[in-house]
Amino acid sequence: MNRGWRAWGPPVLLILPSLILIGVFVYGLIGVNFNTSLTDQHHRIGGDVAYVGFDNYKTLFQDDTFIYSLKNLLKYTGAFLAGTLVLGFVWAWLLEKGVKGEGFFRAVYLFPMAVSFIASGVVWRWLLNNAEGDRAGGLNRLFEQSGLGFLQNQWWTDPNWGVVAIAMPAVWQLSGYVMALFLAGFRGIPDELREAARVDGATEWQLYRHVIFPQLSPVALSAIVIVGHMSLKVFDLIMAIAGQTNYTTQVPAIQMWVEFTRGDYARSAAIGTILLVIVAFLIIPYLVYTYRQERLTR
Amino acid sequence: MSTSALPTADVALAPSGRRADHTGSVAMRTVRYALLTFFLLVVLLPAYVLFVTSFKGLGDATPSRAWSLPQSWETAGWDRAWEVLSPALLRTFSMVIPASIISAMLGSMNGFVLSKWRFPGADVVFTMLLFGMFIPYQAVMIPLVQLMQDLGVPSGVPSLIVLHVVYGIPITTLIFRNYYASIPTDLVEAARVDGAGMLRTYSSIVLPISAPAFVVVLIWQFTSAWNDYLFALFFSNSRNGPVTISLNFLASGQLQDYSASMAGALIASLPTLLVYIILGRWFVGGLMAGSVKG
Amino acid sequence: MNRTRRALSAMVAAGALVVLAACGGSDDGDKKDTSSDGGTVSGEVEVFTWWAEGSEKAGLDALVAEFNKQYPDVKFVNGAVAGGAGSDAKNVLASRLQTNDPPGTFQAHAGAEVTDYINNGQIEDLTQMYADNGWNDYFPQTLLDRLTMDGKIYSVPSNIHRANVVWANPAVLEDAGVDPKATYASLDDWISDLQKIKAAGKIPLSIATDWTQVHLFETVLLADLGADGYTGLWDGTTDWAGSEVTAALEDYKTLLDLTNEDRQSLDWPDATQLVIDGDAAFNVMGDWAVAAFEEQGKKLDTDYLAYPVPGTDGVFDFLADSFTMPVGAPDPAATEAWLSTVASPEGQTAFNMKKGSIPANTEADTSGFGPYQQTAIESYANDEIVSSLAHGAAAPISWLTDITSAVAKFGSTGDLGGFQDDLAAAAEKNAG
Repeated sequence: MNRGWRAWGPPVLLILPSLILIGVFVYGLIGVNFNTSLTDQHHRIGGDVAYVGFDNYKTLFQDDTFIYSLKNLLKYTGAFLAGTLVLGFVWAWLLEKGVKGEGFFRAVYLFPMAVSFIASGVVWRWLLNNAEGDRAGGLNRLFEQSGLGFLQNQWWTDPNWGVVAIAMPAVWQLSGYVMALFLAGFRGIPDELREAARVDGATEWQLYRHVIFPQLSPVALSAIVIVGHMSLKVFDLIMAIAGQTNYTTQVPAIQMWVEFTRGDYARSAAIGTILLVIVAFLIIPYLVYTYRQERLTR
Repeated sequence: MSTSALPTADVALAPSGRRADHTGSVAMRTVRYALLTFFLLVVLLPAYVLFVTSFKGLGDATPSRAWSLPQSWETAGWDRAWEVLSPALLRTFSMVIPASIISAMLGSMNGFVLSKWRFPGADVVFTMLLFGMFIPYQAVMIPLVQLMQDLGVPSGVPSLIVLHVVYGIPITTLIFRNYYASIPTDLVEAARVDGAGMLRTYSSIVLPISAPAFVVVLIWQFTSAWNDYLFALFFSNSRNGPVTISLNFLASGQLQDYSASMAGALIASLPTLLVYIILGRWFVGGLMAGSVKG
Repeated sequence: MNRTRRALSAMVAAGALVVLAACGGSDDGDKKDTSSDGGTVSGEVEVFTWWAEGSEKAGLDALVAEFNKQYPDVKFVNGAVAGGAGSDAKNVLASRLQTNDPPGTFQAHAGAEVTDYINNGQIEDLTQMYADNGWNDYFPQTLLDRLTMDGKIYSVPSNIHRANVVWANPAVLEDAGVDPKATYASLDDWISDLQKIKAAGKIPLSIATDWTQVHLFETVLLADLGADGYTGLWDGTTDWAGSEVTAALEDYKTLLDLTNEDRQSLDWPDATQLVIDGDAAFNVMGDWAVAAFEEQGKKLDTDYLAYPVPGTDGVFDFLADSFTMPVGAPDPAATEAWLSTVASPEGQTAFNMKKGSIPANTEADTSGFGPYQQTAIESYANDEIVSSLAHGAAAPISWLTDITSAVAKFGSTGDLGGFQDDLAAAAEKNAG
């Protein structure tokens, strides 16, 4: 490929504007943000700013509300991933053998994805109303009316598991997407593989265990990365359902916004950086993996 | 599976006809349809609430009637929602359309260069670009606010166009690159041998067959810019911002006006839902291209 | 938006441009010139408030009507943002000021909240405007003291509210065997009656989302620490970690246990409505709640009761809304016109009559005001005045943010010790 500047000059020039933009808006700003997070800029503009090393990070990790919000993020991500993967897989599994009206089922399962988190937050705030008994609304009322009153609960206001209730709308929105991924995965498995396994006398379970699951694992990996990185950035849904002051649904992205609005830029920047590091743990191995795959196939 | 870089739903998800008969016993089939229908109802439940509540009058919102149909179907909630959201809808269109088109153009050029007119280090560059797709924007937000201010980009629609274009580069590049990777290299090589330059090759050979990828990218960018709230919150307000901002203000008012909020949620979702219903095949295809390979 | 707005304003003002030009440099922030001379001011003013609904909107509408009378050539543009007692609006405002996109004028709670804007260099000094227009005689000295920062004054108050009011439904009290005429000298007396109501199966004390909890919390602090002790919390003379505060926190915990469980899903109108509907006996809320009762045809002393929160009789927990001149306001002359109407006796009467508050301007005509407002006017003249926390008069926004977060956390965990630690830490962080 290397035919010198005349050969690869033009393509570099063509992609250069995008590279500059990403270089500045992604990598450059990450750097500036990190720099801000090392200062004592606990105000908006002007004034003297001094470097304080990692003090802002230390303060954050000593703050039990921040620790609580990290735990919340973990619980939320766990629930979101488990919910979408299980539902997505089950739906794909139910559909993959070919059913009448498949297109219809598929479309309905997938439609919540076209809706914004803000719009779905409107209805889920109503559904997840935490009043019980006479004044119950939303799902609690539905449970009561259908004789499932014991299912009534505090939803997102529960101090331990409240944030998991926020994962419900997220699962509702993204399960169809994961289903589409798995469905494509199922249908990418050559029939010959299944037939061969059957001829060898494999039971249905063995077929899944040794043929289908291994074939689906790249899809599952994609799903985990896509859903996982969305999950770690959760913000819109919480703003729409619980608001920014509610304690039980505190996550780093909400705290970053609160610190921003009160003008504590250094702390806000530090939270942003921590969030980036968390996401990077998920993304960088994946990018490296994809990069290697690319090299192999090329 | 990942070789069809641009599967429409039909291609990617088509049942391989030979298996349609493999359905098991009647009991199994009944269970399967029962489960499918059960999940269908669960998924539609919030849609039912949205629809029904949006037509309820003010006095019809008591908890005991929460799940009932409206006593009388009233459109006052829709009127109130429309009043709040209609200016924002126009602004959202004027923001989303240019943002999608510009980022699709950039993505197409990048995708071409990274797949068919490569240069040393193209894979590294591509991976670096991809990273931009996954970052939490919180990690750049503070300096970004400052930067946009220094650049003098007015808040509201202009800022949001810039941001959706810039942060849309990774995903649009990815989709186009995967699509172009699937067209035979011979075509491009032939043009090259004939002495066509890069731009000629791009505009006369590659661009004319790019329509399917453009559809996917435009749909993708349209939906994600339409549904964005984070950038909108930092870079606009209810008077110059998109519909997500106005909707959240409508819905978080102190006097909770459920019929107007629900009508508002439906109004705000209508454009993306229409895109999805009308162009659904490509929408799903776009999802696949954006993820199976990525 | 700027472009559209400017295009619009250009159209509106097209005819009057010549006049404006003759007045000279209305764009570069000239103070005074035409503020009291309605005939020559034109242009438009975007008024940023969180008065989007109910009595607040009614009050704003009445004020706008008066404004249109005084300044027929200035176009009023409603920049109201709904939600959360202004918390959403304040976020929007913060980001607009940050991005140099200020409205013509914005609402700010008089007192400490304004100091944030002053420290950030976001609002103009209005001392000269006060002097030119004789406003220093309009407003009581107690109020002016709270508006003044380093000898300068930065905002024009439109109204005064009282935060330490408890609203009660006498029918619910009677049903539960509680004498509606009872008065409570202390929180303890009140709590024992609240428990009777709980036993009768009603909600003793209705409450809503986090900021209303902060509101209740401040009245509890006021009741237990007294006016001086409460004021001392903000100037460092009362120790947040001390035993008096501990006792107040315990009372707050007791009260919170007597509230409705679904509080996080509600905002103040829902909580007040619980009292109106007879689902709850009491609600602690600022006196803007009176409008909710009046709108539904309820009569003071027969259908509802209103008196100072037990233990705070003789103290007026005050908050005032005020309007500012942002630095870089698009049309300062139009902003001055708005501020003049806000300050005027006519504007104050029109606005407060509808909003349920009392005029800040002592020359405003209050003869047509309702029975509750008359009592508030009297209390304001005679009681000891303290500044409200939840509504930005007592502490800067940043401190309030920390206290709100501590209150929200306590509402969820119930951990009293941690609550006091958080409050003490917030005081240390923000006071110094």
